[in-house]
Amino acid sequence: MSMSNLQKVVASGAFAVTGELGPPKSAERKKIEHHAHLLKGCVDAVNLTDNQTAIVRTSSIACGRILIEEGLDPVVQITCRDRNRIAIQSDVLGAVALGMKNFLCMQGDHAKCGDEPSAKNVNDLDSTNLIQSLRRMRDEQVFIGGKKLEAPIDLFIGAVENPFADPFEYRAYRLAKKVEAGADFIQTQAIFDMDRFELWMEKVRELGIHKKIPILAGIIPIKSMGAVRYMKNNVSGMIVPDAIIDRIKAAEDKKEEGIKLCVEMINHLKTVEGVAGVHIMAVAWEEIVPEITERAGLLPRPKFD
Amino acid sequence: MIVAERKPLTEIIKAVAPFAKVLVLGCGECVTVCMAGGDKEAKETAAAIAIARKKTGQELVVKTLTVERQCEFEYLESARKLVEEADVVVSLACGVGIQTMNIHYAKVQTLPGVNTTFMGLPLQQGIWVENCLGCGNCVLEETVGICPIARCSKSMLNGPCGGSQDGLCEVSKETECGWHLIVERMIKFDKLSVLSEVKPPKDWATSHSGGPRKMVREDVKL
Ligand code: SF4
Ligand code: SF4
Repeated sequence: MSMSNLQKVVASGAFAVTGELGPPKSAERKKIEHHAHLLKGCVDAVNLTDNQTAIVRTSSIACGRILIEEGLDPVVQITCRDRNRIAIQSDVLGAVALGMKNFLCMQGDHAKCGDEPSAKNVNDLDSTNLIQSLRRMRDEQVFIGGKKLEAPIDLFIGAVENPFADPFEYRAYRLAKKVEAGADFIQTQAIFDMDRFELWMEKVRELGIHKKIPILAGIIPIKSMGAVRYMKNNVSGMIVPDAIIDRIKAAEDKKEEGIKLCVEMINHLKTVEGVAGVHIMAVAWEEIVPEITERAGLLPRPKFD
Repeated sequence: MIVAERKPLTEIIKAVAPFAKVLVLGCGECVTVCMAGGDKEAKETAAAIAIARKKTGQELVVKTLTVERQCEFEYLESARKLVEEADVVVSLACGVGIQTMNIHYAKVQTLPGVNTTFMGLPLQQGIWVENCLGCGNCVLEETVGICPIARCSKSMLNGPCGGSQDGLCEVSKETECGWHLIVERMIKFDKLSVLSEVKPPKDWATSHSGGPRKMVREDVKL
């Protein structure tokens, strides 16, 4: 079995760091390469969003190949919104053939949230089905329909969980279910409400999930008042406490305050039992990742032969 | 029940413009209850067509009738005389009724006067909600009687997505999150553990996805 870089980092027990790249609304390879270069050396792997917020962008698998050519380890996000089980299984095979190993299974924002509200939402599978299906493709070499794969594949299967969505009482159980379905690693929604995150982690530890799977805590560096307000009011399933808004508002240098907050949060997360790493989503602010990872003491990243 | 909404009158008036003899045909079942296509709406629609036609000076004979149930052939016989006299029929029944008319009276065109929206229930006066997509393999016993296929915007089987907040769905502040309702009800029945079971991918072949469905029951066939 050959492992992805992220998989090796996690297996080594090091505190993992993943980044995120939002593919462009164009076919400009240069843009993708540029963002990849900004993240290189600061993170162990880079998530490629799959038409995030239901807005058409370059395919995550195509970007994944570009990242590999640039020497980065891609995490291909796969939503259930746009493809049925035939297309998803086929795309995963294609991505593996192109060298990708990390896949992050998610449901995907509803098409109504994006630029193509008239689109048909597929949702043939749900995210848990998707995790389970990928696990079976890898461990049992079998497709959903029961037919055998002609050769084995290596996959490192990720799942997401959102401690800030409701019903809160169910969120840790839902994580347990995704682990049971076959997830190998977890990335969470961006944390702003640390109290709620810790409450959720308490429940996660109570259920013993943290011992079974590495959990990477989501972080979004705040760039401006506009950005933080947008996240509070327009992004579904996110909680931004007023204290954070007030703190940024009061700061003279908003960007510096955003970085400070981010570094503080990462340093705190390192001390939370069961948090195995951070997932830094600096989409549209990729250039800040080197500074954040440096100031948070996350550099240099582990290297493997 | 089947819930429908009358098409905008301007649309109906435009559709019947080429015809002189128009029959507006209501239905006495679901569309009467949801106030889209009963006798009252049929008369209103006919009046609106008549007023519009007066302005153009074009010849018009418009009649109305409401049959007890437009989606069964036997109930359509009572309309035979009026249908055969008409150049066109505007049906205010659901899509099933409109098609039953077109099959039964193949020589006359029956046009849709409503948009058929969903299978659902009247929550309160003036509010209807969708409840069932007719998936052909009911899972309501697994979800304490709330349908995850129809009431979750993403038809998820294994629990809520990450967009559910304060009981509402990410799709709209007007839409309850079906999964929030399921989880709350599960907690009430002390059945939350049922949700821990991983549900395999759904077999959609029993739904419309498997092609138009037909049911044949030898035991009741004549
Ligand atoms: S599970 Fe299927 S049949 Fe049952 S209520 Fe939902 S859509 Fe209708
Ligand atoms: S918010 Fe609730 S109803 Fe809406 S898609 Fe998510 S789980 Fe389904």
